[in-house]
Amino acid sequence: MSEFKPRILAFYCANCASSAANVSESMSLGVPAGVKMVQVPCTGRIETLHLLKPFEEGADGVYVAGCQEDSCRYMSGILKAEKRVAQVKRILEELDIEPGRIETFKLSAGKGFRFAEIASEMMKRVQELGPISGG
Amino acid sequence: MIVAEQKPIRELVEMVKDFQKILVLGCKGCVTVCNVGGAKEVGVLASALRIWGRKTGRDLQVGEHTLERQCDPEYIEELRGIVGEYDAVISIACGVGPQFVSERYPTARVFPGVNTKFMGGAVAHGIWSERCAGCGQCVVHYFGGLCPIARCSKSLMNGPCGGSADGRCEIHKEVECIWDTIVRKMTEQGRLNELIEFKPPKSWTTARDGGPRSMIREELVK
Ligand code: SF4
Ligand code: SF4
Repeated sequence: MSEFKPRILAFYCANCASSAANVSESMSLGVPAGVKMVQVPCTGRIETLHLLKPFEEGADGVYVAGCQEDSCRYMSGILKAEKRVAQVKRILEELDIEPGRIETFKLSAGKGFRFAEIASEMMKRVQELGPISGG
Repeated sequence: MIVAEQKPIRELVEMVKDFQKILVLGCKGCVTVCNVGGAKEVGVLASALRIWGRKTGRDLQVGEHTLERQCDPEYIEELRGIVGEYDAVISIACGVGPQFVSERYPTARVFPGVNTKFMGGAVAHGIWSERCAGCGQCVVHYFGGLCPIARCSKSLMNGPCGGSADGRCEIHKEVECIWDTIVRKMTEQGRLNELIEFKPPKSWTTARDGGPRSMIREELVK
C-alpha cells in the first residue's frame, strides 16, 4: 500500500484555471508528480465519456478545475461540467467505487496557490482511498 | 418518440457478471433522441463496464456497435458475424430492440439495457412527458387535441373527477390535471357543449386489451 502512486487526470479550462496555473508556476508552486494536466477550451466541453475514460485506462482519480460560476467566460461551462461530474460520481457509486475519486473545483484567475493546493488535495485524497482494483 | 431510461448499472453488471465478451448495442432512433441509447450512451455504458472489469479484476472485452434502428430486420442483419463474437449483448434500444435481436439470433444471450417508459416528447431539455398510450383509435380531436387516455391518471373519458384541484391531479401536485386543461381549452374555443354530446363508449379492442397487436398493409407486403 505504501508504494501506491496514484495517477490522477486533471482537466482545467483555458481561462480562469489556466491563469491560476500560470500564477502558480510563477510562484514556483508545483503540481505533484502523478497528476497529469489536460487543458480544455472550456470545462463545458468535457463530456461524461471524457471523465470515464481515464478511470478505464488506469487513472485512480479525476478532477475538473474551472472558473467560478459568476466568472465563466462561456457563462455556464463549469455548471455543465459539475453536472457531468455528478453523473460520473453516480456511475462510480453503482460500481462500488468511491465517488470522491472525481471532483469539480472552481477557482478564480489569480488563485495560483489554490491551483497547486487542489492538486495536492486530490493526491492526498486518492492516496488514502488506495487503488481502484483493491490491490 | 419512444422514451426510455437507462437501467441502473448495478442491475446491468448483475445481469452480465458471468460473461466475458459483451456487446453494447445502441440504436440511432428514438433512444438516441432521448439521450439514452445512441452511440454516445453506448460509449458511456461500455466504459462503465470496463471500469467495473478493472475494479473486479475481470478480463472483460466490451464491444460497441450502434445500428440505424433495432426495429427493422434489415439493420439487425448487420449484426451477422458480429453477435457470434460475443457471450452477451446488452441492447440499449427500446424493448423492441432486444426482442428483434433475440428473434434473429436465437442462440445469442440478449439483455435489455434500458427501461422503456412511454410514448411522448421532450417538453424541455432533459424533461420528457407522456402523450400517447397507443389505444389504436385516436380520439384527441374530441378533447381539444389533448389525450385523456394517456394524460389523465384514470384515463377518464368524461372528466375531470372530484380529485382535480387548481389544475392539478389528485395523485400528485406535480401532475397536471389534463381534464382541467381540456375544459379550459374547450371553453376558450367556445366548444364546451361538444364535451356534453353523447359519444358511444370507446372500444378498447384496438388497444392492448385486445391482445398483442400487429398490422398488415397489403400495398407494402412483398
Ligand atoms: S428500436 Fe425502439 S428506439 Fe429504436 S427506433 Fe425503433 S422504436 Fe425507436
Ligand atoms: S387517443 Fe389513443 S392514439 Fe390518440 S393520443 Fe390518446 S392513446 Fe394515443
